[in-house]
Amino acid sequence: MSSMQPIAAPLPFTLKTKLSVDRVSMVFERDGNRTEVLNNINLEVGDGEFVCLLGPSGCGKTTLLNAMAGFLSPTSGEIKVDGEAVRRPNPRRIFVFQERGVFPWLTVEGNIGFGLSKVTKAEREQRIAYYVKMVGLQGFEKTYPQELSGGMKQRLEVARALAVNPDMLLLDEPFGALDSITRLVMRGELLRIWEAERKTVIFVTHDIDEAVQLADRVVVMSARPASIRQIVNIDIAHPRDISAPRYLELRDGIFQQIGLAHKV
Amino acid sequence: MRDEHATRTNLLLLWRPLAFIALLLLLWEIGIRRQASHLLPGPWGVVGGIVDLVRHGLLLKYIVASLFRVTWGFALAVVTAIPLGLAVGWYRRAEMALNPILQILRPISPLAWIPIAILWFGVGDLAAIFLIFVGCFFPLMLTAIDAVQSIPAVYVNAGRNFGLSSAALVYRVLYPAVVPKLIVGLRITLGIAWLVVVAAEMIAVSSGLGFLIVDARNAGNRYDLVVAGMLIIGIIGLLLDLGMQSLEKVKSFRWGYSED
Repeated sequence: MSSMQPIAAPLPFTLKTKLSVDRVSMVFERDGNRTEVLNNINLEVGDGEFVCLLGPSGCGKTTLLNAMAGFLSPTSGEIKVDGEAVRRPNPRRIFVFQERGVFPWLTVEGNIGFGLSKVTKAEREQRIAYYVKMVGLQGFEKTYPQELSGGMKQRLEVARALAVNPDMLLLDEPFGALDSITRLVMRGELLRIWEAERKTVIFVTHDIDEAVQLADRVVVMSARPASIRQIVNIDIAHPRDISAPRYLELRDGIFQQIGLAHKV
Repeated sequence: MRDEHATRTNLLLLWRPLAFIALLLLLWEIGIRRQASHLLPGPWGVVGGIVDLVRHGLLLKYIVASLFRVTWGFALAVVTAIPLGLAVGWYRRAEMALNPILQILRPISPLAWIPIAILWFGVGDLAAIFLIFVGCFFPLMLTAIDAVQSIPAVYVNAGRNFGLSSAALVYRVLYPAVVPKLIVGLRITLGIAWLVVVAAEMIAVSSGLGFLIVDARNAGNRYDLVVAGMLIIGIIGLLLDLGMQSLEKVKSFRWGYSED
Protein backbone atom coordinates (compact mmCIF):
# COMPACT_ATOMS: atom_id res chain seq x y z
CA MET A 1 0.00 0.00 0.00
CA SER A 2 1.31 3.35 -0.97
CA SER A 3 0.64 4.95 2.39
CA MET A 4 2.93 2.45 4.07
CA GLN A 5 5.71 2.63 1.51
CA PRO A 6 5.98 6.23 0.51
CA ILE A 7 7.74 6.74 -2.76
CA ALA A 8 9.33 9.96 -1.68
CA ALA A 9 10.41 10.79 1.84
CA PRO A 10 7.68 12.87 3.44
CA LEU A 11 8.42 16.54 3.92
CA PRO A 12 9.09 17.50 7.54
CA PHE A 13 5.89 19.49 7.80
CA THR A 14 3.69 16.94 6.11
CA LEU A 15 1.42 15.41 8.69
CA LYS A 16 -0.07 11.95 8.66
CA THR A 17 -3.75 12.14 7.76
CA LYS A 18 -5.85 11.83 10.92
CA LEU A 19 -9.29 12.57 9.59
CA SER A 20 -10.64 12.42 6.09
CA VAL A 21 -14.04 13.61 4.95
CA ASP A 22 -14.82 12.17 1.57
CA ARG A 23 -17.69 13.55 -0.55
CA VAL A 24 -19.97 13.88 2.46
CA SER A 25 -23.50 15.12 1.94
CA MET A 26 -26.27 15.27 4.46
CA VAL A 27 -30.00 15.62 3.96
CA PHE A 28 -32.48 15.83 6.83
CA GLU A 29 -36.04 14.76 6.26
CA ARG A 30 -38.71 15.77 8.69
CA ASP A 31 -42.46 15.78 8.13
CA GLY A 32 -41.88 15.32 4.43
CA ASN A 33 -39.56 18.32 4.18
CA ARG A 34 -36.13 17.73 2.76
CA THR A 35 -33.40 19.99 4.07
CA GLU A 36 -30.03 19.77 2.42
CA VAL A 37 -27.48 20.59 5.09
CA LEU A 38 -24.11 19.49 3.74
CA ASN A 39 -23.18 19.42 0.10
CA ASN A 40 -20.21 17.37 -1.03
CA ILE A 41 -17.68 18.16 1.69
CA ASN A 42 -14.09 17.02 1.11
CA LEU A 43 -11.47 17.65 3.74
CA GLU A 44 -8.31 16.09 5.12
CA VAL A 45 -6.98 16.97 8.52
CA GLY A 46 -3.46 16.06 9.60
CA ASP A 47 -2.47 14.49 12.90
CA GLY A 48 -2.02 17.20 15.51
CA GLU A 49 -3.44 19.90 13.29
CA PHE A 50 -5.68 22.70 14.52
CA VAL A 51 -8.46 23.31 11.99
CA CYS A 52 -11.28 25.81 12.30
CA LEU A 53 -14.58 25.29 10.50
CA LEU A 54 -15.83 28.80 9.86
CA GLY A 55 -19.24 29.69 8.56
CA PRO A 56 -22.41 31.65 9.23
CA SER A 57 -24.73 30.46 12.00
CA GLY A 58 -26.94 27.60 10.95
CA CYS A 59 -24.84 26.73 7.92
CA GLY A 60 -24.32 23.13 8.91
CA LYS A 61 -20.83 23.22 10.41
CA THR A 62 -22.12 21.76 13.67
CA THR A 63 -23.79 19.00 11.67
CA LEU A 64 -20.46 18.23 10.05
CA LEU A 65 -18.79 18.13 13.46
CA ASN A 66 -21.53 15.80 14.76
CA ALA A 67 -20.89 13.50 11.82
CA MET A 68 -17.15 13.53 12.56
CA ALA A 69 -17.95 12.56 16.16
CA GLY A 70 -20.20 9.72 15.04
CA PHE A 71 -23.45 11.12 16.44
CA LEU A 72 -24.89 11.42 12.92
CA SER A 73 -24.26 9.37 9.79
CA PRO A 74 -23.81 11.17 6.48
CA THR A 75 -26.51 10.60 3.88
CA SER A 76 -23.75 9.90 1.39
CA GLY A 77 -19.98 9.87 1.46
CA GLU A 78 -17.72 8.71 4.24
CA ILE A 79 -15.77 10.05 7.19
CA LYS A 80 -12.69 8.16 8.27
CA VAL A 81 -10.47 8.54 11.31
CA ASP A 82 -7.09 6.78 11.11
CA GLY A 83 -8.39 5.08 7.98
CA GLU A 84 -11.41 3.58 9.72
CA ALA A 85 -14.95 4.63 8.93
CA VAL A 86 -16.69 6.54 11.71
CA ARG A 87 -19.89 4.76 12.69
CA ARG A 88 -20.52 5.68 16.31
CA PRO A 89 -19.11 7.95 19.00
CA ASN A 90 -15.77 6.93 20.40
CA PRO A 91 -13.74 8.16 23.39
CA ARG A 92 -10.75 8.58 21.03
CA ARG A 93 -12.48 11.72 19.75
CA ILE A 94 -14.30 13.80 22.31
CA PHE A 95 -16.93 16.35 21.43
CA VAL A 96 -16.99 19.53 23.50
CA PHE A 97 -20.50 20.90 23.37
CA GLN A 98 -21.71 24.35 22.52
CA GLU A 99 -24.17 24.32 25.38
CA ARG A 100 -22.80 23.52 28.75
CA GLY A 101 -22.20 19.83 28.48
CA VAL A 102 -20.73 19.24 31.93
CA PHE A 103 -22.85 17.01 34.14
CA PRO A 104 -24.51 19.22 36.75
CA TRP A 105 -24.97 16.32 39.19
CA LEU A 106 -21.23 15.70 39.45
CA THR A 107 -18.55 17.80 41.10
CA VAL A 108 -15.54 19.13 39.19
CA GLU A 109 -13.67 15.96 40.16
CA GLY A 110 -16.58 13.75 39.21
CA ASN A 111 -16.86 15.38 35.80
CA ILE A 112 -13.16 15.12 35.00
CA GLY A 113 -13.14 11.51 36.16
CA PHE A 114 -16.31 10.64 34.23
CA GLY A 115 -14.56 8.89 31.36
CA LEU A 116 -12.00 7.19 33.60
CA SER A 117 -14.01 4.32 35.02
CA LYS A 118 -11.72 1.76 33.39
CA VAL A 119 -8.44 2.93 34.94
CA THR A 120 -7.25 2.19 38.49
CA LYS A 121 -8.34 4.44 41.32
CA ALA A 122 -4.82 5.74 41.86
CA GLU A 123 -4.40 6.65 38.22
CA ARG A 124 -7.83 8.23 38.06
CA GLU A 125 -7.02 10.45 41.02
CA GLN A 126 -3.67 11.37 39.55
CA ARG A 127 -5.20 12.29 36.20
CA ILE A 128 -7.98 14.29 37.82
CA ALA A 129 -5.44 16.26 39.82
CA TYR A 130 -3.32 16.83 36.72
CA TYR A 131 -6.17 18.19 34.61
CA VAL A 132 -7.70 20.20 37.45
CA LYS A 133 -4.36 21.97 37.57
CA MET A 134 -4.02 22.28 33.81
CA VAL A 135 -7.31 24.15 33.48
CA GLY A 136 -6.76 26.13 36.67
CA LEU A 137 -9.60 24.76 38.78
CA GLN A 138 -7.54 24.01 41.89
CA GLY A 139 -9.59 24.57 45.02
CA PHE A 140 -12.83 23.79 43.16
CA GLU A 141 -12.47 19.99 43.10
CA LYS A 142 -15.57 19.42 45.23
CA THR A 143 -17.61 22.21 43.65
CA TYR A 144 -20.71 21.56 41.57
CA PRO A 145 -20.89 23.20 38.11
CA GLN A 146 -23.82 25.36 39.20
CA GLU A 147 -21.43 27.33 41.37
CA LEU A 148 -18.85 27.85 38.61
CA SER A 149 -18.68 30.72 36.14
CA GLY A 150 -19.29 30.14 32.43
CA GLY A 151 -15.57 30.19 31.66
CA MET A 152 -14.82 27.73 34.44
CA LYS A 153 -17.52 25.37 33.20
CA GLN A 154 -16.10 25.47 29.70
CA ARG A 155 -12.59 24.77 31.03
CA LEU A 156 -14.05 21.93 33.07
CA GLU A 157 -15.55 20.44 29.94
CA VAL A 158 -12.22 20.69 28.13
CA ALA A 159 -10.54 19.02 31.11
CA ARG A 160 -13.11 16.21 31.10
CA ALA A 161 -12.40 15.69 27.41
CA LEU A 162 -8.60 15.73 27.81
CA ALA A 163 -8.65 13.39 30.82
CA VAL A 164 -9.52 10.38 28.65
CA ASN A 165 -6.51 11.21 26.47
CA PRO A 166 -8.32 11.39 23.13
CA ASP A 167 -6.50 11.85 19.82
CA MET A 168 -9.01 14.43 18.68
CA LEU A 169 -11.02 17.21 20.20
CA LEU A 170 -14.14 18.35 18.38
CA LEU A 171 -15.13 21.74 19.75
CA ASP A 172 -18.47 23.25 18.81
CA GLU A 173 -18.33 27.02 19.37
CA PRO A 174 -17.03 26.31 22.85
CA PHE A 175 -16.49 29.94 23.78
CA GLY A 176 -19.60 31.35 22.12
CA ALA A 177 -21.49 31.97 25.35
CA LEU A 178 -18.61 33.65 27.16
CA ASP A 179 -17.98 37.36 27.51
CA SER A 180 -15.32 38.78 25.21
CA ILE A 181 -12.57 39.03 27.82
CA THR A 182 -13.05 35.48 29.06
CA ARG A 183 -13.18 34.35 25.46
CA LEU A 184 -9.76 35.83 24.73
CA VAL A 185 -8.29 34.23 27.85
CA MET A 186 -9.83 30.88 26.91
CA ARG A 187 -8.34 31.01 23.42
CA GLY A 188 -4.90 31.47 24.96
CA GLU A 189 -5.56 28.58 27.34
CA LEU A 190 -6.71 26.30 24.55
CA LEU A 191 -3.61 27.07 22.49
CA ARG A 192 -1.40 26.43 25.50
CA ILE A 193 -3.08 23.07 26.08
CA TRP A 194 -2.93 22.21 22.39
CA GLU A 195 0.77 23.00 22.21
CA ALA A 196 1.39 20.85 25.29
CA GLU A 197 -0.69 17.86 24.19
CA ARG A 198 -0.75 18.12 20.39
CA LYS A 199 -4.20 16.72 19.88
CA THR A 200 -5.90 17.09 16.54
CA VAL A 201 -8.41 19.87 17.06
CA ILE A 202 -11.46 20.64 14.94
CA PHE A 203 -12.94 23.89 16.15
CA VAL A 204 -16.28 25.19 14.88
CA THR A 205 -16.83 28.91 15.04
CA HIS A 206 -18.64 31.74 13.30
CA ASP A 207 -16.08 34.27 14.55
CA ILE A 208 -13.52 35.14 11.87
CA ASP A 209 -11.01 36.60 14.34
CA GLU A 210 -11.25 33.56 16.53
CA ALA A 211 -10.56 31.29 13.57
CA VAL A 212 -7.55 33.27 12.37
CA GLN A 213 -6.12 33.55 15.88
CA LEU A 214 -6.32 29.83 16.59
CA ALA A 215 -6.11 27.69 13.51
CA ASP A 216 -3.39 26.25 11.31
CA ARG A 217 -6.01 26.18 8.58
CA VAL A 218 -9.39 27.84 8.34
CA VAL A 219 -12.07 26.01 6.37
CA VAL A 220 -14.46 28.67 5.12
CA MET A 221 -17.93 27.28 4.56
CA SER A 222 -20.87 28.65 2.62
CA ALA A 223 -24.41 29.16 3.87
CA ARG A 224 -26.70 26.12 3.83
CA PRO A 225 -26.38 23.72 2.18
CA ALA A 226 -22.81 24.06 3.37
CA SER A 227 -19.98 23.44 1.01
CA ILE A 228 -16.33 24.39 1.38
CA ARG A 229 -15.61 27.73 -0.24
CA GLN A 230 -11.95 27.96 0.53
CA ILE A 231 -9.30 26.60 2.86
CA VAL A 232 -6.98 29.29 4.17
CA ASN A 233 -3.53 28.43 5.54
CA ILE A 234 -2.70 30.64 8.49
CA ASP A 235 1.07 30.78 8.12
CA ILE A 236 1.79 32.74 11.28
CA ALA A 237 3.58 31.20 14.24
CA HIS A 238 2.07 31.29 17.72
CA PRO A 239 1.83 33.52 19.68
CA ARG A 240 0.17 35.58 17.00
CA ASP A 241 0.31 39.32 16.86
CA ILE A 242 -3.23 40.31 16.02
CA SER A 243 -2.15 43.69 14.67
CA ALA A 244 0.55 42.30 12.34
CA PRO A 245 0.02 43.02 8.62
CA ARG A 246 -0.05 39.33 7.69
CA TYR A 247 -2.73 38.59 10.29
CA LEU A 248 -4.88 41.47 9.05
CA GLU A 249 -4.34 40.44 5.45
CA LEU A 250 -5.50 36.88 6.11
CA ARG A 251 -8.43 38.04 8.17
CA ASP A 252 -9.57 40.57 5.61
CA GLY A 253 -9.22 37.99 2.87
CA ILE A 254 -11.71 35.79 4.74
CA PHE A 255 -13.99 38.74 5.38
CA GLN A 256 -14.14 39.35 1.64
CA GLN A 257 -14.53 35.67 0.89
CA ILE A 258 -17.61 35.56 3.09
CA GLY A 259 -18.84 38.71 1.40
CA LEU A 260 -18.77 41.07 4.33
CA ALA A 261 -17.81 44.69 4.01
CA HIS A 262 -15.11 45.33 6.55
CA LYS A 263 -16.86 48.35 7.94
CA VAL A 264 -19.54 48.75 10.55
CA MET B 1 -20.93 33.75 65.72
CA ARG B 2 -22.44 32.83 62.40
CA ASP B 3 -24.47 30.01 63.89
CA GLU B 4 -25.74 32.32 66.59
CA HIS B 5 -26.75 34.81 63.96
CA ALA B 6 -28.47 32.13 61.92
CA THR B 7 -30.41 30.92 64.97
CA ARG B 8 -31.58 34.42 65.68
CA THR B 9 -32.73 34.87 62.08
CA ASN B 10 -34.60 31.56 62.29
CA LEU B 11 -36.33 32.67 65.47
CA LEU B 12 -37.33 35.92 63.84
CA LEU B 13 -38.70 34.02 60.87
CA LEU B 14 -40.67 31.75 63.18
CA TRP B 15 -42.04 34.60 65.25
CA ARG B 16 -44.45 35.96 62.67
CA PRO B 17 -46.29 32.74 61.76
CA LEU B 18 -46.47 31.81 65.45
CA ALA B 19 -47.98 35.16 66.35
CA PHE B 20 -50.47 34.81 63.52
CA ILE B 21 -51.47 31.33 64.68
CA ALA B 22 -51.92 32.66 68.23
CA LEU B 23 -54.18 35.41 66.89
CA LEU B 24 -56.27 32.92 64.96
CA LEU B 25 -56.62 30.70 68.04
CA LEU B 26 -57.77 33.70 70.02
CA LEU B 27 -60.38 34.65 67.41
CA TRP B 28 -61.50 31.03 67.30
CA GLU B 29 -61.98 30.93 71.07
CA ILE B 30 -63.90 34.24 71.01
CA GLY B 31 -66.08 33.07 68.13
CA ILE B 32 -66.94 29.82 69.91
CA ARG B 33 -67.89 31.63 73.12
CA ARG B 34 -70.25 33.95 71.27
CA GLN B 35 -72.23 31.22 69.55
CA ALA B 36 -75.17 29.44 71.08
CA SER B 37 -74.68 25.92 69.71
CA HIS B 38 -72.00 23.91 71.47
CA LEU B 39 -71.29 21.46 68.71
CA LEU B 40 -68.11 23.07 67.42
CA PRO B 41 -65.19 22.93 69.85
CA GLY B 42 -62.88 25.78 70.75
CA PRO B 43 -59.10 25.37 70.83
CA TRP B 44 -59.20 23.98 74.35
CA GLY B 45 -61.89 21.53 73.38
CA VAL B 46 -59.63 20.23 70.61
CA VAL B 47 -56.71 19.86 72.99
CA GLY B 48 -59.07 17.95 75.26
CA GLY B 49 -60.04 15.75 72.30
CA ILE B 50 -56.41 14.96 71.53
CA VAL B 51 -55.75 14.10 75.17
CA ASP B 52 -58.83 11.86 75.09
CA LEU B 53 -57.50 10.05 72.03
CA VAL B 54 -54.08 9.59 73.60
CA ARG B 55 -55.63 8.24 76.81
CA HIS B 56 -57.60 5.61 74.91
CA GLY B 57 -54.49 4.63 72.97
CA LEU B 58 -56.25 5.53 69.74
CA LEU B 59 -54.11 8.39 68.46
CA LEU B 60 -50.94 6.44 67.85
CA LYS B 61 -52.90 3.42 66.60
CA TYR B 62 -54.78 5.47 64.02
CA ILE B 63 -51.71 7.39 62.88
CA VAL B 64 -49.81 4.15 62.40
CA ALA B 65 -52.75 2.63 60.51
CA SER B 66 -52.97 5.59 58.14
CA LEU B 67 -49.21 5.77 57.59
CA PHE B 68 -49.08 2.04 57.00
CA ARG B 69 -51.60 2.29 54.14
CA VAL B 70 -49.94 5.36 52.67
CA THR B 71 -46.53 3.71 52.79
CA TRP B 72 -47.71 0.61 50.96
CA GLY B 73 -49.86 2.36 48.39
CA PHE B 74 -47.22 4.96 47.68
CA ALA B 75 -44.34 2.47 47.59
CA LEU B 76 -46.17 0.16 45.20
CA ALA B 77 -46.90 3.09 42.91
CA VAL B 78 -43.27 4.25 43.05
CA VAL B 79 -41.78 0.88 42.16
CA THR B 80 -44.21 0.31 39.27
CA ALA B 81 -44.98 3.75 37.84
CA ILE B 82 -41.45 5.17 37.81
CA PRO B 83 -39.65 2.36 35.93
CA LEU B 84 -42.61 2.07 33.57
CA GLY B 85 -42.75 5.81 33.01
CA LEU B 86 -39.01 6.03 32.41
CA ALA B 87 -39.14 3.25 29.85
CA VAL B 88 -42.21 4.68 28.14
CA GLY B 89 -40.65 8.13 28.02
CA TRP B 90 -37.46 6.77 26.50
CA TYR B 91 -39.19 4.87 23.72
CA ARG B 92 -41.20 7.42 21.82
CA ARG B 93 -43.44 4.85 20.19
CA ALA B 94 -44.48 3.41 23.53
CA GLU B 95 -45.41 6.86 24.66
CA MET B 96 -47.48 7.49 21.55
CA ALA B 97 -49.32 4.20 22.09
CA LEU B 98 -49.97 4.70 25.80
CA ASN B 99 -50.63 8.40 25.98
CA PRO B 100 -54.37 8.43 25.07
CA ILE B 101 -55.28 5.82 27.68
CA LEU B 102 -53.19 7.61 30.30
CA GLN B 103 -54.91 10.86 29.53
CA ILE B 104 -58.31 9.22 30.06
CA LEU B 105 -57.40 7.43 33.29
CA ARG B 106 -55.52 10.33 34.83
CA PRO B 107 -58.43 12.74 35.47
CA ILE B 108 -60.54 10.06 37.20
CA SER B 109 -60.51 10.89 40.90
CA PRO B 110 -59.11 8.04 42.97
CA LEU B 111 -62.36 8.25 44.97
CA ALA B 112 -64.29 7.13 41.90
CA TRP B 113 -62.44 3.83 42.24
CA ILE B 114 -63.90 3.16 45.72
CA PRO B 115 -66.73 0.84 44.57
CA ILE B 116 -64.35 -1.17 42.42
CA ALA B 117 -61.76 -1.28 45.22
CA ILE B 118 -64.36 -2.70 47.60
CA LEU B 119 -65.61 -5.13 44.96
CA TRP B 120 -62.10 -6.48 44.37
CA PHE B 121 -60.58 -6.30 47.83
CA GLY B 122 -63.52 -6.11 50.23
CA VAL B 123 -63.60 -3.67 53.13
CA GLY B 124 -60.10 -3.50 54.61
CA ASP B 125 -56.52 -2.43 54.25
CA LEU B 126 -56.12 -3.79 50.74
CA ALA B 127 -58.92 -1.63 49.35
CA ALA B 128 -57.43 1.50 50.94
CA ILE B 129 -53.93 0.65 49.71
CA PHE B 130 -55.32 0.06 46.23
CA LEU B 131 -57.00 3.48 46.22
CA ILE B 132 -53.77 5.18 47.28
CA PHE B 133 -51.88 3.23 44.64
CA VAL B 134 -54.32 4.35 41.94
CA GLY B 135 -54.14 7.94 43.16
CA CYS B 136 -50.32 7.93 42.99
CA PHE B 137 -49.70 5.80 39.95
CA PHE B 138 -50.77 8.18 37.18
CA PRO B 139 -49.13 11.36 38.43
CA LEU B 140 -45.90 9.46 39.08
CA MET B 141 -45.91 7.81 35.68
CA LEU B 142 -46.53 11.11 33.91
CA THR B 143 -43.74 12.73 35.94
CA ALA B 144 -41.35 9.96 34.95
CA ILE B 145 -42.28 10.21 31.27
CA ASP B 146 -41.77 13.94 31.31
CA ALA B 147 -38.50 13.66 33.24
CA VAL B 148 -36.95 11.35 30.64
CA GLN B 149 -38.18 13.37 27.70
CA SER B 150 -36.73 16.57 29.06
CA ILE B 151 -33.19 15.24 29.55
CA PRO B 152 -31.01 17.54 27.42
CA ALA B 153 -29.62 15.58 24.47
CA VAL B 154 -26.19 16.96 25.26
CA TYR B 155 -25.91 14.77 28.41
CA VAL B 156 -26.89 11.63 26.55
CA ASN B 157 -24.49 12.40 23.72
CA ALA B 158 -21.68 13.14 26.15
CA GLY B 159 -22.33 9.84 27.89
CA ARG B 160 -22.22 7.95 24.59
CA ASN B 161 -19.10 9.84 23.57
CA PHE B 162 -17.26 8.54 26.63
CA GLY B 163 -18.06 5.02 25.52
CA LEU B 164 -20.74 4.10 28.06
CA SER B 165 -22.63 0.85 27.53
CA SER B 166 -26.42 1.05 27.54
CA ALA B 167 -26.59 -0.06 31.16
CA ALA B 168 -23.94 2.45 32.20
CA LEU B 169 -25.74 5.17 30.29
CA VAL B 170 -28.88 4.43 32.29
CA TYR B 171 -27.33 4.61 35.72
CA ARG B 172 -24.63 7.19 35.10
CA VAL B 173 -26.54 9.66 32.92
CA LEU B 174 -30.27 8.99 32.61
CA TYR B 175 -30.85 8.24 36.28
CA PRO B 176 -29.01 11.26 37.71
CA ALA B 177 -30.55 13.47 35.05
CA VAL B 178 -34.13 12.59 36.00
CA VAL B 179 -33.78 12.52 39.79
CA PRO B 180 -34.56 16.21 40.46
CA LYS B 181 -37.81 16.07 38.51
CA LEU B 182 -38.73 12.76 40.08
CA ILE B 183 -38.26 14.20 43.55
CA VAL B 184 -40.70 17.01 42.77
CA GLY B 185 -43.16 14.43 41.45
CA LEU B 186 -42.69 12.24 44.54
CA ARG B 187 -43.31 15.18 46.81
CA ILE B 188 -46.55 16.16 45.07
CA THR B 189 -47.68 12.55 44.89
CA LEU B 190 -47.05 11.85 48.56
CA GLY B 191 -49.34 14.81 49.23
CA ILE B 192 -51.98 13.18 47.04
CA ALA B 193 -51.53 9.87 48.88
CA TRP B 194 -52.15 11.58 52.18
CA LEU B 195 -55.33 13.17 50.81
CA VAL B 196 -56.57 9.88 49.42
CA VAL B 197 -55.94 7.83 52.57
CA VAL B 198 -58.30 10.00 54.61
CA ALA B 199 -61.08 9.63 52.06
CA ALA B 200 -60.45 5.90 51.67
CA GLU B 201 -60.58 5.36 55.42
CA MET B 202 -63.92 7.09 55.65
CA ILE B 203 -65.49 4.35 53.54
CA ALA B 204 -63.36 1.28 53.16
CA VAL B 205 -61.94 0.54 56.64
CA SER B 206 -62.59 0.93 60.38
CA SER B 207 -59.36 2.43 61.61
CA GLY B 208 -57.08 5.33 60.75
CA LEU B 209 -57.45 9.09 60.89
CA GLY B 210 -60.12 9.26 58.18
CA PHE B 211 -62.18 6.68 60.04
CA LEU B 212 -61.66 8.64 63.27
CA ILE B 213 -63.31 11.70 61.74
CA VAL B 214 -66.37 9.90 60.39
CA ASP B 215 -66.68 7.73 63.47
CA ALA B 216 -66.48 10.69 65.86
CA ARG B 217 -69.29 12.43 64.06
CA ASN B 218 -71.49 9.34 63.80
CA ALA B 219 -70.91 8.23 67.38
CA GLY B 220 -72.45 11.24 69.11
CA ASN B 221 -71.34 14.35 67.30
CA ARG B 222 -67.91 14.48 68.95
CA TYR B 223 -66.75 17.47 66.93
CA ASP B 224 -63.81 17.98 69.27
CA LEU B 225 -62.47 14.67 67.97
CA VAL B 226 -63.33 15.61 64.38
CA VAL B 227 -61.28 18.79 64.56
CA ALA B 228 -58.52 17.02 66.51
CA GLY B 229 -58.34 14.48 63.69
CA MET B 230 -58.20 17.21 61.07
CA LEU B 231 -55.42 18.97 62.93
CA ILE B 232 -53.35 15.82 63.21
CA ILE B 233 -53.86 15.05 59.52
CA GLY B 234 -52.61 18.55 58.70
CA ILE B 235 -49.55 18.27 60.92
CA ILE B 236 -48.53 14.85 59.59
CA GLY B 237 -49.06 16.03 56.01
CA LEU B 238 -46.78 18.96 56.72
CA LEU B 239 -44.11 16.70 58.20
CA LEU B 240 -44.26 14.35 55.22
CA ASP B 241 -43.87 17.29 52.85
CA LEU B 242 -40.95 18.71 54.83
CA GLY B 243 -39.28 15.32 54.68
CA MET B 244 -39.61 15.19 50.90
CA GLN B 245 -38.56 18.80 50.60
CA SER B 246 -35.31 18.10 52.39
CA LEU B 247 -34.38 15.78 49.50
CA GLU B 248 -34.38 18.80 47.21
CA LYS B 249 -31.53 20.24 49.21
CA VAL B 250 -29.12 17.40 48.42
CA LYS B 251 -26.22 19.01 46.58
CA SER B 252 -26.07 16.66 43.62
CA PHE B 253 -29.82 17.17 42.99
CA ARG B 254 -29.92 20.89 43.51
CA TRP B 255 -29.00 21.83 39.94
CA GLY B 256 -32.44 20.68 38.87
CA TYR B 257 -34.19 23.43 40.81
CA SER B 258 -32.39 26.52 39.54
CA GLU B 259 -32.99 28.49 36.39
CA ASP B 260 -29.35 28.38 35.35
